[in-house]
This record gives sequence, C-alpha cells and structure tokens, in this order.
Amino acid sequence: MDGNFNKPERLTKLQVDLLNDFQRDFPLCPRPYEKIAELLGVAEAEVIAHFQQLTEQKYISRLGAVVTPHKAGWSTLAALSVPEGELEEIAEMINACPGVNHNYERSHEFNLWFVITGADQQTVETTLVEIEAATGYDVLNLPLVEAYQLDLGFPIKWH
Amino acid sequence: MNNISPKSQTIAFDDLDRAIVAATQSGLPLVKEPYEAVAHIVGVPASEVMQRLQRMLSDGIIRRVGVVPNHYALGFKANGMSVWNVPEDSIVELGQKIGALDFVTHCYRRPRHLPDWPYNLFAMVHGKTRDEVFEKVEKISDLLDDADQGHEVLFSTKILKKTGLRIKGS
Repeated sequence: MDGNFNKPERLTKLQVDLLNDFQRDFPLCPRPYEKIAELLGVAEAEVIAHFQQLTEQKYISRLGAVVTPHKAGWSTLAALSVPEGELEEIAEMINACPGVNHNYERSHEFNLWFVITGADQQTVETTLVEIEAATGYDVLNLPLVEAYQLDLGFPIKWH
Repeated sequence: MNNISPKSQTIAFDDLDRAIVAATQSGLPLVKEPYEAVAHIVGVPASEVMQRLQRMLSDGIIRRVGVVPNHYALGFKANGMSVWNVPEDSIVELGQKIGALDFVTHCYRRPRHLPDWPYNLFAMVHGKTRDEVFEKVEKISDLLDDADQGHEVLFSTKILKKTGLRIKGS
C-alpha cells in the first residue's frame, strides 16, 4: 500500500510491528511469542498482551492459518440479482446454508455476493441448486479458476 | 455452466490435518505455548502439530500462518471488487501483472457467464476512499491497455455475513 495514511491514533510502534511483520512466517516453535519478543526486543508477556488488545480492538481479525482455496476442499464465489426489498430475507436464507461464510450486498445489478465452502465441488454445487430452488433466483457460480496473487499478507505502511 | 474446468489437485490431507487447521483458523491461542494448547484439542503432541503445519505450508494447503489484519478497522474503508473482461489467451500474463500490484490483495481468474456476466478477471482493490479505489482501478486499466474490454467496480454496501474462510473440523 502507499503510505499517505495516518495510523489509528492509539496504535503504538510495537503494535504496528506486530500487525505488519507477522502476517506470514509466524514462528512454528514451542514459544512463538517469546521468539517474536526476542526479535522486537520486548518481553513475551507484552507481545501476548498486545496481540490480545489488537484482537479485542478488532485491528486483527485473527491470528492463525490462512488456507489456500481448492487445495483441501472446494469453494466458490456466487452472486444473485434480487429486488432490494427481498435482500435481507434472501440473505438470511443463504446464510443458513452450510458453508456460507461471507455475504455482502454490492453496488451492482448482481447485488448479493457470497462465498461458500464445502468438502468438495459436488457438495458446494448441490447447495447452490438448493439455494436457487429456495429463493427462485438464478445463482451466478464463479469458482476460482486460477490465482495470480498469493495473499502473502498486506503491508501497512504509515507515516 | 461454463467451459473452463477449475483446477483441482489431489493432496494428502487427513482428518488430523483438518482438525489442526480448524483449531488454528479460529485463532491461535494467546498463551505461552499455543501449539501445546492446539495439541490438547486435537489429541497429539505439540511437536506433531508444528510438523504438520510446516508440511501443509510446504504442500501449499496453508498459504500462510500469521496475523490476518482487519483492513476495515485499520482505515481501508473502501474495498472495491474490480471485475475485468480480458482476452482469455493473454489472461495469465495480465493476471500476474495485476496480482503483483501492491494495492491488489486478491487477483483471480473466474469463468464468464455470457450474456449476464462477461468478466473473467477479479482484482480486490483496497483504499481509504472510493475515489482512491477508482484511481487505482484506472491504473489497472492503463496497465491493461487494449486488453481492457470492459470493467466495473463493485463496492460492498452492507455486510450480510462475515466469518472468514474456514475449514470445518470433521
């Protein structure tokens, strides 16, 4: 990212380092927070406390493994075009289906976009057919064909 | 549906791998020995948890282990899903170019669904404002030049559900 962005006021230098430097290569050793503490020259307890705080303040969504799509299981991006007045009701129907984990209203004729995951392609596509039957609207099924970006993190540079 | 078969590879991935990924995806415990805590949940030694995570990273089942920042909370409030109609015969080269841009976090090829959906390349563009996203989308358009045969930007206007990409434990 370019850096002409004022960081949230409450973030300290240590917190910015924790957010930035450990999006990948998080230590796989018995005491990872101790290892991070050594690298940053602070105490292990401080690292744990700040990760806790960043998580509570929602600056960190989570700390853990990010899976690669389609390596173990199946997922797709799907879209529907539904009348504004039915959006909430249909979103609720979709959210209740197994494997639905992102659902957004977007500014387009196709206004409802969700990601659905499952054990395999057939499981996911069966659910999509059920969604079409339940809602009465066609589903645009847009599975990933190829990824050109490895999502190795998101550098956040602040002045 | 479409004439492109998404790639699917068979990779060794057993129930224990699945359980480890599920246990770490919901958040690595914030305790001194987090892998030990995961080990208790899945019922194997911590050394095996670390070993398997390492193997899944090498195999590409896991893309990374680390902090997943919340772009929205950090001030990147305008996230635009840009969608592009580009020639199929040069899509790999173009996709790699766009994927390498530092303001693009995800760049994926997806099937077209004509006539409703002509777009075959998706690039997620993050910015502080919509104007900033539009500027960046223009940069992509310039980069694509003649290969840009039409594009749109879809902003999310409401979150209807968000829990993150997860593998469920079996």
